[in-house]
Amino acid sequence: MSFHRQMTGKDEIILRRAAQEVQQGQTINLGIGLPTMLPIFLPATIDVMFHAENGCLGMGKPVDNGTPDYPVIDAGGRACHLVSGAACFDSVLSFTIVRGGRLDLVILGAFEVAINGDLANWTIPGKSTPGMGGGMEVAQKAKRVMVLSHHLDKNGRAKLAEKCSLPLTAPGCVDTLITEQAVFRRQNGRLTLVSLHPDTTLEIATSPFDFKVPVAQKLETWRA
Amino acid sequence: MPHKIKNIAEAVTAYIRSGQSMMVGGFGRGGVPFSIIDYLADHPEQYKGLILYKNDANEPDLGIGRLLKNRQVKHLYTTHIGLNPAFIAQMNAGEIACTLTPQGIFAEKIRAGGAGIPAFLSDIGLHTSYAKGKEKMTLDGQNYILERAYHADVAIICADMVDQKGNCWWQGSNRNMCVAMGTACDHVIVEAKEIVDTGRLQPENIHLPGVFVSAVVRAEPRRHQQEAAA
Repeated sequence: MSFHRQMTGKDEIILRRAAQEVQQGQTINLGIGLPTMLPIFLPATIDVMFHAENGCLGMGKPVDNGTPDYPVIDAGGRACHLVSGAACFDSVLSFTIVRGGRLDLVILGAFEVAINGDLANWTIPGKSTPGMGGGMEVAQKAKRVMVLSHHLDKNGRAKLAEKCSLPLTAPGCVDTLITEQAVFRRQNGRLTLVSLHPDTTLEIATSPFDFKVPVAQKLETWRA
Repeated sequence: MPHKIKNIAEAVTAYIRSGQSMMVGGFGRGGVPFSIIDYLADHPEQYKGLILYKNDANEPDLGIGRLLKNRQVKHLYTTHIGLNPAFIAQMNAGEIACTLTPQGIFAEKIRAGGAGIPAFLSDIGLHTSYAKGKEKMTLDGQNYILERAYHADVAIICADMVDQKGNCWWQGSNRNMCVAMGTACDHVIVEAKEIVDTGRLQPENIHLPGVFVSAVVRAEPRRHQQEAAA
């Protein structure tokens, strides 16, 4: 049993777009769920180190037919290879990396993201409380926080809200939000729509919002 | 110096009692002392009312998931319970108390407990509901949560190689919370996947020195591994 799921068409659009945001040489932490599939979409020329909370820097590809008993797993419980130059350590050192500000980028999933960059992804009180794990620390201390999420939740509500209704993981931390329809970047303290997927329009992408979403004057071309 | 190797029943009988606080190593499956936990779960009347500290709640019928299901635990201090929906239901029903703490703060509270530091300051979760009801302190004009150290009666952890003096070495990502937990308890029982002769481990490569360890027990082949072998 682990968190890893089958990829959908929407997931693939989000992951391909997110891969464009990764820069050479970065130290990156991937949240469980969708973000753990990002490495599949990175070009071979990009050389980055993936950090896993349970105590590795330099996580590599998943192990074929690996079991959860394999001696190297990612934070979602999947058996992984280590890349050349990887390091293994304990939880104390792992979070010294996190709280010491050594993560260039963290890529997370979300229950809700607010327009001011607030992130809620650790509890739906009374319903689902997976717990914060290392989420509060990576969200609060990474140099850049990117959230990958479907544009709408299962009930058809936009994941981007004017204000989070759920308890926060960290306030004002989200720098970039990528959905299958749009890219939002925090500009002047507010997540601003800066790019649209070619299959959608500004009207369609903004119609689920019951508040005004800032839109960049000149939209970026969608890269994937 | 006499060696520390015992069988599981001897070690558990010597160091574990109902109502004790107990730290349990592991993240996912790596570092989890499955054989010791299974012994406790197989004797539910003898070991109950436990206060557990563990990174995650395992899965419903695996590791501490068994102790939770048997209601041998009265309070779980943890960071993540997302793979154990049965426990989430128990927590929501108020059957077992659960305290969730950010993972690195959880690790640091344990480290502090082992290092003789009663508390430390942190800004993690300061502006979230996690901070509610927690003691705060101001230092150099900045607000912080006062995080108290964790200390427990006994730790059970699993290491990949252990010698007769209790020196421990871990492979890959199996170390996780085990090292800190091994320093923060009155007694430590190490479940060894492999017991090696003293002198075989390189001194520079020992992750937890035997000075912290009370007893070493041999890991039993896990049930599903036995199934795979059958």
